[in-house]
Amino acid sequence: MDRREAITKVSWLLGGTIIGANLFLEIGCTPSPEKAASAGSFFNTDTIALLDEMGETILPATSTPGAKAAKVGEFMNVMVRDCYTPRDQGIFREGLERMDEQCKKEQGKSFMECSAAERTAFFTKMDAKQKAYMESKSPEQPSHYFRMLKELTMLGFFTSEVGATKALRYVAIPGKYDGDYPYKKGDKAWAT
Amino acid sequence: MAENTYDAIVIGSGISGGWAAKELTEKGLKTIMLERGENIEHIKDYVNANKHPWEFPHRGGRTQDMIKDYPVLRRDYPLNETNLNYWTVEKDSPYTEIKRFDWFRGYHVGGRSLMWGRQSYRLSPMDFEANLKDGVAVDWPIRYEDLAPWYSHVEKFAGISGNRDGLAQLPDGEFQKAMDMNVVEKHVSARIKAHYKEHRDMIMGRVANITEPLPGRTNCQYRNKCWLGCPFGAYFSTQSSTLPAAVATGNLTLRPFSIVTKILYDKDTKKAKGVEIIDAETNQTYEYFAKVVFVCASALNSAWVLMNSATDVWEGGLGSSSGELGHNLMDHHFRAGASGVAEGFDDKYTYGRRANGIYIPRFQNIPGDRKRNYLRGFGYQGSASREGWGREIAELSIGGEFKDALCEPGQWRMGITGFGETLPYHENKITLDKSKKDKWGLPVLAIDCEIKENEMKMRKDMMEDGKEMLEIAGLKNVSTYDAGYTMGMGIHEMGTARMGRDPKTSVLNGNNQVWDATNVYVTDGAAMTSAGCQNPSLTYMAMTARAVDHAVKELKKGNI
Repeated sequence: MDRREAITKVSWLLGGTIIGANLFLEIGCTPSPEKAASAGSFFNTDTIALLDEMGETILPATSTPGAKAAKVGEFMNVMVRDCYTPRDQGIFREGLERMDEQCKKEQGKSFMECSAAERTAFFTKMDAKQKAYMESKSPEQPSHYFRMLKELTMLGFFTSEVGATKALRYVAIPGKYDGDYPYKKGDKAWAT
Repeated sequence: MAENTYDAIVIGSGISGGWAAKELTEKGLKTIMLERGENIEHIKDYVNANKHPWEFPHRGGRTQDMIKDYPVLRRDYPLNETNLNYWTVEKDSPYTEIKRFDWFRGYHVGGRSLMWGRQSYRLSPMDFEANLKDGVAVDWPIRYEDLAPWYSHVEKFAGISGNRDGLAQLPDGEFQKAMDMNVVEKHVSARIKAHYKEHRDMIMGRVANITEPLPGRTNCQYRNKCWLGCPFGAYFSTQSSTLPAAVATGNLTLRPFSIVTKILYDKDTKKAKGVEIIDAETNQTYEYFAKVVFVCASALNSAWVLMNSATDVWEGGLGSSSGELGHNLMDHHFRAGASGVAEGFDDKYTYGRRANGIYIPRFQNIPGDRKRNYLRGFGYQGSASREGWGREIAELSIGGEFKDALCEPGQWRMGITGFGETLPYHENKITLDKSKKDKWGLPVLAIDCEIKENEMKMRKDMMEDGKEMLEIAGLKNVSTYDAGYTMGMGIHEMGTARMGRDPKTSVLNGNNQVWDATNVYVTDGAAMTSAGCQNPSLTYMAMTARAVDHAVKELKKGNI
């Protein structure tokens, strides 16, 4: 991302919403200078498997592969470990526990035991909660944990090889520019 | 001593230094180019240039370790994992911020020519006359006509793509075929033209990305990964352009890891006889000798070298007799503008990633424009594109429908950002901070500058004029923004050794010679007497080529 793209991101962020921009730009917030964990795996294999399933619920396989095929659980492990502040790491980890409790309360079983339809119903409610929270919070307050999960899933999926080349379109070396390129509904977006 | 003697020394290897080396060596001078950082070899050392997005573990983002290690770079977009090795290691090279100053540096062969934004515009006759007309600072000692042939000279070699738009405030040059606007940009451009007639224009950006091959260089492949280094050599950099030309003459010696600590001044001849360096790897000191020295270390570091030189004659260093060395620090202020949604183009998209955008040349304080409550003005850069997967979709939250919707492009949006002129204020300055030392024990710079009322007023118009134009163009939901600006963020440092007509009020004369040592030429951003609002690198190229021509003629005449 060079200056032109950065400027575009800033202008769009301030004019609307961009998912995950906080991982690339510091927009009006200053992350904690404390050092985050870095060595070794941040989540255990069970949690990574859970994150894969959670990601798949947010972006499931349709006519194209979903988040699990893009290994978003492992991606989240790396991102939360290396890029999140200790504060956000805590919120994310605690959020997973809270969702587990909430899921048991609402569905009577753990997220992993739920059917795809039950998972979707549960996460649809979670997404409504995060939206309401994100709209009312002050800029200094941290993001909602479900917002973090959703952002990481989207970033991890759409920038993965599976996401970029199967769900979206990707050309490494376009070789030319056409600013009047035909588009019809259903054509895929470019990955980059 | 003989093996350390050359005809010319060039300090720095970025855009200006590379040009100095090319021109000097092509005119037959044995030249050594001293670069403080490591070598980065063209193509071979562009280690990330051919990676796919998914090959970066954090997909191009920033880790907490990076945030900790780069307390300055983190303040804006440059901190990222894709080209981290092109940015200066901050703990080795600290500086003092009396007021916040975001100094984004590149210490390696090629300097910031590897990561620059590549927008390439000439200053205009009105820019060179502005200080005199407004009674600001001092008059430029040159006029547009002095530099025009040199703009042509550097444009032809560097390869600038763009249209000849026939605008007085943005002179045309020797351009390669322009890149294309997309459908929305063309639409907005036509609406602006229809409404404002000859008073405002939205043109295609003029950019140092080639659209037609040049020797050893392939035309732009529309990957938009320029700042990783281009394996096609499609954009101008020292590595792709000036360095190979200089090497081809057989007259160039390139010495990386060479931190110039001072220019060696000879009191008897009143000229420089060479430079002293520290080898950045071994900490050994060496001296190099030459008939002429080109200082191209970037505006702040060029002033630093001068401040550290001949201090036994002038306490403030070589070129300080006017009291202006280190003063008049300028940048371009930006990050304020407008954006909106373009409807009616759902059957259109783009193919290819164009490393360029549109440009709206300055229209303020130009005949035909309304009265403004500030001097000078600003231009806009921007582009239109369809939204990607990062957007919100109001009626969908998660699941298959949500995913499939994000796999299609969203609505068209267009955003524009003003780039404004900063006036040269004497009190905006750098000084040596001898209480703080860098990794090599050298004193660091203390930076003390800020934008003032003229710039703040301009920022309001960057928003309001932007909104007005986008609305006139028919865009919907137009909103304005000011994302905040601190000096330095423009990465266009200028003015710390300004040119002028009088040695009492300027550091350099009209040929970029230091008044106090005429065989020392400063030809980077330090030389700028005013800033214009155009991206300045092309002007440094032209000034450098002109100054080399002067130096070589003067050497032949025995004047220096």
